[in-house]
Amino acid sequence: MSGATQRQRRYAQLGILLGPVSLFLAIFFLCPLAIMMIYSVLTPGLYGGAEWAFYPDNFGRILGFANPEFEVFDPVYLSIFLRSLRIALTTVAITLVVCYPAAFQVSRLPDRWKTFALFLITLPFFASLIVRLFVWVLILKKTGFANMVLQSLGIISEPADLIYTEGAIILGMVYIFIPFMFLPVYASVEKLDWSLVRASQDLGANGFQTFWRVIFPLTLPGVIGGSIIVFIPALGNFIVPAVLGGAKVMMLGNLIEQQFLSARNWPFGAALAMLVMAAVLFILFFYIRLEGRRGDDAPALR
Amino acid sequence: MQPSIVRLERVTKTFALPEGGMITALKAIDLDVRRNEFLTLLGPSGCGKTTLLHSISGFVQLDGGKVSIDGEDVTERPPHRRPVNTVFQNYALFPHMNVDKNVGYALDIAGTDGKERGRRVGAALELVGLSGLGGRLPRQLSGGQQQRVALARAIIARPKLLLLDEPLSALDRNLRQAMQIELKGLQAELGISFIFVTHDQEEALTMSDRLAVLEKGVIQQLDTPRSVYSRPANAFVASFIGASNLFEGAARSDGTDMLVVTPNGEHIRAAGSGTVANGQPVTALIRPEQFSLHNGGNGQPAAFIDADVEQIVFTGLNYQIHGRTPAGRKVVAIIAAVHQREVAEIDAAKKARLTYDPAGVQLIGASGGEP
Ligand SMILES: Nc1ncnc2c1ncn2[C@@H]1O[C@H](COP(=O)(O)OP(=O)(O)O)[C@@H](O)[C@H]1O
Ligand SMILES: [Mg+2]
Repeated sequence: MSGATQRQRRYAQLGILLGPVSLFLAIFFLCPLAIMMIYSVLTPGLYGGAEWAFYPDNFGRILGFANPEFEVFDPVYLSIFLRSLRIALTTVAITLVVCYPAAFQVSRLPDRWKTFALFLITLPFFASLIVRLFVWVLILKKTGFANMVLQSLGIISEPADLIYTEGAIILGMVYIFIPFMFLPVYASVEKLDWSLVRASQDLGANGFQTFWRVIFPLTLPGVIGGSIIVFIPALGNFIVPAVLGGAKVMMLGNLIEQQFLSARNWPFGAALAMLVMAAVLFILFFYIRLEGRRGDDAPALR
Repeated sequence: MQPSIVRLERVTKTFALPEGGMITALKAIDLDVRRNEFLTLLGPSGCGKTTLLHSISGFVQLDGGKVSIDGEDVTERPPHRRPVNTVFQNYALFPHMNVDKNVGYALDIAGTDGKERGRRVGAALELVGLSGLGGRLPRQLSGGQQQRVALARAIIARPKLLLLDEPLSALDRNLRQAMQIELKGLQAELGISFIFVTHDQEEALTMSDRLAVLEKGVIQQLDTPRSVYSRPANAFVASFIGASNLFEGAARSDGTDMLVVTPNGEHIRAAGSGTVANGQPVTALIRPEQFSLHNGGNGQPAAFIDADVEQIVFTGLNYQIHGRTPAGRKVVAIIAAVHQREVAEIDAAKKARLTYDPAGVQLIGASGGEP
């Protein structure tokens, strides 16, 4: 058989395999996305909905180029955006600091304990997210468990504001996202070839040098993968701030939800959503560039 | 006299097995490695070869004993501060670094300045025949090339001693033989001691100045390859080094010669020497190449074994004749290919009379070795 027809056949096979998925994604992902994109530059209707006219001021309200005749620029949106970024990045940093050493500990356990530890880490998935978050409300509220303990120990005299703070949101986020960070990090730590660590020591490197030159670069794919998997949903998350941040501390997710549901300003909500997506794409782009430089078949999220 | 380059004194290591129980990987090992020596550790898989190397490079915490390198006690010293380097069993090349970075690793750690570093990496790559491949990643190299990178990386810091853990076992036969010669040459050129681990007896015999045969964490024999081959200390060494015909039995003297009488009535004749008292247990060793074929004719030979021929294997240089004695014991004889006609005869008859010279028969277990 000639090379050309063989290649044609391969393309045909690929088409059959990928066709249904592509169709599904086109209908249920790309179409809604396109609709959102269009909405984000339409004029908000008086009583909800949108009017079919180009309207850049949805973005203008957020980014500061609004035409004062129609909309006012309000820096509160940017500050919510920055707060969301800050919370998401802090969540990534804390989950990483917790999970990275833990992954090494678990990978050195005997096989039986390893399976058990992995089971424990995925255990929270079996309970409803809302229930788990409301437990934190019980713990953190004015008359909650944490305040009770702190007061009875005499550390504070008045109940402290623990809930409805940025700290409470971060706590809840870390709590939810730890398994998402742990699994990819663990996968790359588990794959680490310890004879390379021995080779490094054999060649005169101490523990610190071995870590930075061998262990860290080889587990970096897991670190980056885990960070992305945590960062993206953390940035747009609205359940955690809704439960633990209340009306006081709002994140992008809540703002978008509010625009769509209570304010009924779909175009403005769509514009906010587009900005979140732009931020995520921006970060993914850098990740892919970074991975690309590491070599053609470098492990990514494996 | 200068101290030996490595001295192990009563080195002991016991591992706890995950499924419970203990295994003693090294049992009170004493070993002196001489300067500029090619020493081979030979033994079956799991006998403790890697553990022995690790006790020198510092990767196992010993349960007892003392390790000295060049006269200094290094028992408590971590691996990165010991003046030895290792070629690892699977090469252990850093997959995220190119050849240049791999080979220069020890220099980068030591902070060697750029010019000196470049010169030495270049020299090391040239020594192993890899000049110009500095930019490749390990996975872009063949097995033999990876092996050379591991070698260059291990010698660049000029260690006092190079440890090689089955470095050739992953290579195909031709490449392995070429590398054996190269390694030998490299050792002479560098003027340092090599401790070379293998489970391949032919490799061990070819390459070593001295050979240590290891079994169950104990050095069974340490001597030159020729001595180990011709005077094995015990039955294990005899059977591990070269194919062997071993006859366990009791000693008896018939006036001129020693006879080894096996429980099923075979008699093996060994020349002279009354070193073994009558009735003592003893094992007679006849190497396959010590046999020749009896050409019928002129009467009874002095010493022989009759065997039923089961299989004849032609290897090019010689014939391997696998047979069985009337009592059912397996025997192997190697007959040079020039005796083609005689071999054809016994192949037809399915019976062979294997003669041997009683002066060449080794008696094992006569002086201490484990029976
Ligand atoms: N880290 C370890 N834990 C438990 N047992 C081990 C460990 N390392 C080696 N052993 C055991 O010690 C014995 C010797 O191992 P090793 O030195 O690797 O043998 P070799 O290199 O000769 O094949 C083997 O029985 C092996 O199972
Ligand atoms: Mg080994």
